[in-house]
Amino acid sequence: MKLDSKIPAGPVQEKWDRHKNSIKLVNPANKRKFTIIVVGTGLAGASAAASLGELGYNVKAYFIHDTSRRAHSIAAQGGINAAKNYPNDGDTIERLFADTVKGGDFRAREANVYRLAQVSNAIIDQCVAQGVPFAREYGGLLANRSFGGAQVSRTFYARGQTGQQLLLGAYSAMMRQVEAGKVKQFPRREMLDLVIIDGKARGIITRNLITGVIERHEADAVLLCTGGYGNVYYLSTNAKNSNATAVWRCYKRGAAFGNPCFTQIHPTCIPQSGDYQSKLTLMSESLRNDGRVWVPKNKGDNRHPSDIPEEERDYYLERKYPSYGNLAPRDISSRAAKEVCDDGRGVGDTGLAVYLDFQDAINRLGKDVIRQRYSNLFDMYQRITDENPYEVPMRIYPAVHYTMGGLWVDYNLMSTIPGLYVLGEANFSDHGANRLGASALMQGLADGYFVIPYTIGDYLASTELPKVTSNHDAFADAADGVQQMTQKLLGINGSKTVLQFHRELGKIMWNNVGMARTKKSLQDAVKKIKNLREEFWQNLKLIGRDQELNKDLEYAGRLADYFELGELMAQDALHRNESCGGHFREEYQTEDGEALRNDKEFAYVAAWEYKGEGKKPKLHKEPLKFQAVKLTQRSYK
Amino acid sequence: MKLNLKVWRQKGPNDRGGFRNYTVEANEHMSFLEMLDFLNEDLIANGEEPVEFDSDCREGICGSCGMVIDGIAHGPWQGAATCQLHMRHYREGDTITIEPFRAKGFPVIKDLVVDRSAFDRIMIAGGYVSVNTGAPPDANAIPIPQDKAERAMDFAACIGCGACVAACPNSSASLFTGAKIAQYSLLPQGEPERKRRARRMIDQMEQEGFGDCSNYAECEAVCPKEISIEAIARMRREYMKAVF
Repeated sequence: MKLDSKIPAGPVQEKWDRHKNSIKLVNPANKRKFTIIVVGTGLAGASAAASLGELGYNVKAYFIHDTSRRAHSIAAQGGINAAKNYPNDGDTIERLFADTVKGGDFRAREANVYRLAQVSNAIIDQCVAQGVPFAREYGGLLANRSFGGAQVSRTFYARGQTGQQLLLGAYSAMMRQVEAGKVKQFPRREMLDLVIIDGKARGIITRNLITGVIERHEADAVLLCTGGYGNVYYLSTNAKNSNATAVWRCYKRGAAFGNPCFTQIHPTCIPQSGDYQSKLTLMSESLRNDGRVWVPKNKGDNRHPSDIPEEERDYYLERKYPSYGNLAPRDISSRAAKEVCDDGRGVGDTGLAVYLDFQDAINRLGKDVIRQRYSNLFDMYQRITDENPYEVPMRIYPAVHYTMGGLWVDYNLMSTIPGLYVLGEANFSDHGANRLGASALMQGLADGYFVIPYTIGDYLASTELPKVTSNHDAFADAADGVQQMTQKLLGINGSKTVLQFHRELGKIMWNNVGMARTKKSLQDAVKKIKNLREEFWQNLKLIGRDQELNKDLEYAGRLADYFELGELMAQDALHRNESCGGHFREEYQTEDGEALRNDKEFAYVAAWEYKGEGKKPKLHKEPLKFQAVKLTQRSYK
Repeated sequence: MKLNLKVWRQKGPNDRGGFRNYTVEANEHMSFLEMLDFLNEDLIANGEEPVEFDSDCREGICGSCGMVIDGIAHGPWQGAATCQLHMRHYREGDTITIEPFRAKGFPVIKDLVVDRSAFDRIMIAGGYVSVNTGAPPDANAIPIPQDKAERAMDFAACIGCGACVAACPNSSASLFTGAKIAQYSLLPQGEPERKRRARRMIDQMEQEGFGDCSNYAECEAVCPKEISIEAIARMRREYMKAVF
């Protein structure tokens, strides 16, 4: 395997334009001769399917839900970034680019990030044209708010439901193409393998989740838009069905996995309340525009928050990071919360929570303004906790939220398997070691609306793609493999449920590969995961058959992949002897406890190549060169 | 707390189905779906098939979950999807009846899982603005009054769960269809297709086997996003303008 990032020549500001001018085009009349498979219909998948359909390609879209509108992008709350500079506060494409590279702790590919910032403005135009009801000022123009890691207001939003509205925009565009006959939908299908013929991705194997039938689908290219793998940790803010199976099976077919250990722990989530809990709920970062984070100055102070006087409170983000304050980036805020809780100053029953307090904002702006800005988030909080955040500060704690790592892709978003493209959260490319708030929506839509429609044409126009059918041996082999795995899972007849195993894996991952990692915790994790995986294959209890709707069987297959992926995450974290962004190795920190990067040895993307069952994966390195931004120690002080 | 559950079990679309009784030990902090997860763990341990139900985000936005709980779609708590219902609303010894959303347009697939693809087909008929990806005008080129944008957002908040259909004595999908038509009726985008959209989406709704609206307003009462039946009034106005 050889990594070729295919970054175009020239200054970073000109790369994308030069590239667009030089790539090959597919003649309009020839586009209908190509079939493209899109797996997953979140922001990246739906926007790609719609845009490619509009261009005239035949698109086949696969998703695990009953309708494509339910993909997990729908749950994104706070907003989407763009360098519009409508507020006239000094924003530029350069600034959005630099903030994102710095926010990612200099572990993202500069050229990709610049392109992301460049197309950000067109995304907002596109979404408005689709009828997305963004928040507006009284004069009728679009409103903005601030997110972490930025000193400008560049975030567009639709109440606390921005992801929903953007996804419904992309979904409606896709429905239009379904009507036009250019997109064919395959609901309730799970991709279980990739089919490679003559070294190129030519199709997928799916399981029909209603009938259990294993199906074969051929195409000229495959787009993976299947999201992140936060559910490896069991408890996360991800939806229950979000999973890594499609990505993982492609990894096992030869797609390199980039920076698997880069996971984002989001600072503002509702704390866990018990073992029965099935997921964690995010409270949007936008709340930190008006909420102030604090804990008591004294350990074990369990007075009611309103009884703790101002001078006995520690507004630790404002204290430690005066210039960004409560809007310090996610990795830094999460770690700071862990630090004060480890120090015995956490609040609530478990001591694993900090306050997010709106009292000052309510006093300053009035309850009505706060209600207008955040009512749905406040309601959501009250529903879950039975506490009224207008009167009592919210209790929050960090939780797994997003994975910056993902399949390695080149500048064209192609993986190391020709014809296999990876978009959105599923790829590794734009966020480095930490993603800034409101940048996930931006990246998903950038990839789907404005990058892939160009880059895929270049591949299709310049590649020899003889017709293949699903009778080909490669399809039969892959389908057999899937069938065998299903039978193996159903045949174990042990005594422990999938859920029990998943909870145990989650605990290992959270404790050993979570917010703070050490050489020892990671070595332990590798061992423990291996043991648990062995037990899984000997002692799993599954009920039901394969030729029917069987959600537990789906879940078992996903968990089998999490074991392997979890181990790779630990290995990657173990090899990266530095701290950067969300990857915090306790051995590598500055005197005041900040992440200590080692640019000399680790300014590269770690891309892991699968070498076979039980064999050590091979590490490849893509060096990161910074032309436009200067490598500095990241400071938000 | 110990709870008695009466749960609808149905092997497949052609099975008659029926209620089965279970008991489950829950605690007050659990969500309703976590309580069902617990029940399923018990069932699997006893070698019985778990109760199948759809759920995903578990925070009330994806629209996957949906069941009729004690006769009310999404259960007794207003303005919430099933996943947002918490067990603190129940007491020791309560009996809870759980059924799928029932409507001709939503055939049962298994247990509590129903087929809601009819909603997609209504959207395919016209629930979009015809704009290709490309270079639309600047986002601020057309100002939209704040109150109109906010009203549009009220309707756009629909999560497509189908509770409106399940609650309606006529199994009408008018609130779902009306919400989308109302959203666009308030925005300048998509204005040229306004008539076509109303006509086609409403025709498709009928073809899918959903009934007409008789103003019971049960849909509004169960909608997890509390969408007003004003959506239906707006839909009718749009339809009248489109056909006459």
